[in-house]
Amino acid sequence: MVGRPEPSRSPLRRLDALGRASVPATVLVALMVLASGPTGLPGGVGAVALPCVVFWSIFRPGTMPPPVVFGLGLLHDLLSGAPLGVGIITFLLAHGVAVTWQRPLARQSFLRVWLAFCGLAVGAAVLGHALSALLAWNLPPLAPALHQAALAIGLYPLLAGALGGLHATLMRAEDRR
Amino acid sequence: MIRLSIPLRQALSRLSLPLMIAAAFATMLLGKADALLAERARVLLGDLLAPIHAVVAEPVRALRDGVLEVGELASLRRENARLREENERLRRWQQAALALESENALLRRQLGYVPEAAPTFHTARVVADTGGVYARAVLLAIPPGVSVRRGQVALDERGFAGRVTEVGSRSARILLATDMNSRIPVTLEGSRARAIMAGTNGARPRLQHFGDARPEEGERVVTSAEGVAFPAGLPVGVVRWTAGGVAEVELFARLDRLDMVRLFDFGLGGILPPDAVARPEPRARR
Repeated sequence: MVGRPEPSRSPLRRLDALGRASVPATVLVALMVLASGPTGLPGGVGAVALPCVVFWSIFRPGTMPPPVVFGLGLLHDLLSGAPLGVGIITFLLAHGVAVTWQRPLARQSFLRVWLAFCGLAVGAAVLGHALSALLAWNLPPLAPALHQAALAIGLYPLLAGALGGLHATLMRAEDRR
Repeated sequence: MIRLSIPLRQALSRLSLPLMIAAAFATMLLGKADALLAERARVLLGDLLAPIHAVVAEPVRALRDGVLEVGELASLRRENARLREENERLRRWQQAALALESENALLRRQLGYVPEAAPTFHTARVVADTGGVYARAVLLAIPPGVSVRRGQVALDERGFAGRVTEVGSRSARILLATDMNSRIPVTLEGSRARAIMAGTNGARPRLQHFGDARPEEGERVVTSAEGVAFPAGLPVGVVRWTAGGVAEVELFARLDRLDMVRLFDFGLGGILPPDAVARPEPRARR
């Protein structure tokens, strides 16, 4: 973060910072596990994970470094039964795009961010579909991928609202320091 | 923690995304090369998450049940109206049935009709599917004190299943209608034409010797009293024509999942099914 004083290096402080930094990923892992449970939503894991990854990549990129995104993608692939690696690459590229456009996007209104996310979700769906088609060497139906993208787009406002609250809480905790 | 210089750290953080993407491709190849590895990881994760899912499942199920309940309440009114209407219709049918019954009794009295004695039956549990010399036969456990004879007719809850061929003290074997050795005299219910239903060891026995009467697709097939082996009119199945132009019978009885059969004693002797044990001299061909 630019302009923030370097925090003192006491172990407790470091633990505190580590805990705060791991909140987004931990919450997302819990959400993914819940979504993979008996909720009856096909494609729910990806639809929950993508908005969160993109949200944190835009608004708190420090808590979403590429290795964490890699782990989340791996978890997605294992939970959703997608071919191994497809979710990882999709998430990493979505994260890369979001981080590249982070400065302008973070200052936009919610509606614009949502619109950008729509494009990102559709792109991720098409990319995931293409990758799994390439891996399986036959063309699976496109409908489930688009359905998942639509679910992610629909879930984004809900998740962004909740994550925005979390983000504000984390910021308050940081300012109090 | 290793202290790194700031330019090195920046370079590392800039490099980490391409590195991770390369690692993702490597993972992809690994998953493609060793499908078992991904499967094992999935199973491991599933084992880890199973308790969590079990805990989460309870409220989710409660919620879903609640939603279903609400939907059911909404449809209750429509359902009620439908049931009322159906009840009205059934009441009319009941009137018709009662009228027919009394008319039937009247006519019977005039004819001096002798009613058939209700056949006695025993229920027996199927304990084994195969064994013995027949390909399609089942073994029944017979409770002690129940007498079973060869030639008794076995029906499941839907229709004709087969005949008793061997009787032991505690067990009996039934030759199913689908066995290659099974020949059952049948009647086509629509045309009253007689035919022989011959088993093929497949799921559907064939119809043979039906003469000029062409069995209709979907026509009901019942047993025939010819040969004095069966009472007339036990439900057997419906006629199905194959693409090759062979008349087959789709049995009502579910012979692939027999668990209980009823053994009827109609007091008929007639032609007994062929013996399963080797005999000294072969029976003359019928």
